Amino acid sequence: MTTRIFASALFAGLLAGLVAVLLQWSLMEKLILEGEEYETGAKSHFAGVLKLNEDGETAEQAAESGDGGEEEGTTRRFALAFFATFVTWVGWALLMVAGFALTERYGVRITMKDALVWGTAGFGAIHVMTGIGLPPELPGQPAAEIELRQMWWITTAATAVIGFALMGYGRKPFHFAAGIALLIAPHLIGAPRLDDYSGMAPPELSGEYVARSYAVAFISWIVLGLAAGYFWNRLQQPPA
Amino acid sequence: MTTTAQTRAHDAANLGLLPIFMAAAAGLTLLYFTGFAQASVYHDSAHDTRHTLAFPCH
Repeated sequence: MTTRIFASALFAGLLAGLVAVLLQWSLMEKLILEGEEYETGAKSHFAGVLKLNEDGETAEQAAESGDGGEEEGTTRRFALAFFATFVTWVGWALLMVAGFALTERYGVRITMKDALVWGTAGFGAIHVMTGIGLPPELPGQPAAEIELRQMWWITTAATAVIGFALMGYGRKPFHFAAGIALLIAPHLIGAPRLDDYSGMAPPELSGEYVARSYAVAFISWIVLGLAAGYFWNRLQQPPA
Repeated sequence: MTTTAQTRAHDAANLGLLPIFMAAAAGLTLLYFTGFAQASVYHDSAHDTRHTLAFPCH
């Protein structure tokens, strides 16, 4: 049982992580780096205004005073980020497969179709429900206190997961209603946010970034669900 | 009666809660470090991942 849980989670997490890394590399990194150019003032959304960074340098001065190891730094940065992406997806995979095991403990078998629904629900809970209050952000976008946002994010993700589980596996109408209530509750409280907008990057860049972030997450969650379902069933011990 | 009790005990061990709990705890630990830990070594390493996957960052 232990081997089955950890092995299928590891395989599925690495597979989803691989897809996520490829998408992050091809779709996201360029936009993140461009967002940072606006964040540091190397680029300005409003042409004609000379932007200075925190050290009072213009972009050109900052580039000249750089240590010259930029390319090496970028490689290292991407390597660390991609490692973190793999670890993140193995983390989600462990939670998903733990959920599979818990469900089967109650005598409900997880089929491939169920696994696909789990993947979709994972995207819904972790990205869509949290994104209502805290949408994906380019670097440099001002936002409310990080601890408050993390607290709201975790609460929203957790209640959404429980809410979807109640809607999917509850046996009474009351369970379904409670699930919906849990999905809505964090949004009645509302996410911590600022009173005004003062982002540096152009809205077009931000918009593209948010759309792609959802696409990367959606595709990765589908891969995770299908892979977790496949390995979970594949590694099942034949009945004695 | 005894046999039934033994079978039940065996089944319970086979589908024990402990491995499930361990897997969930391991998953949450990994996610804590890549998604939430604010110490700069974790934040900086996972920075682009946090932004891509929309974890609250900064």
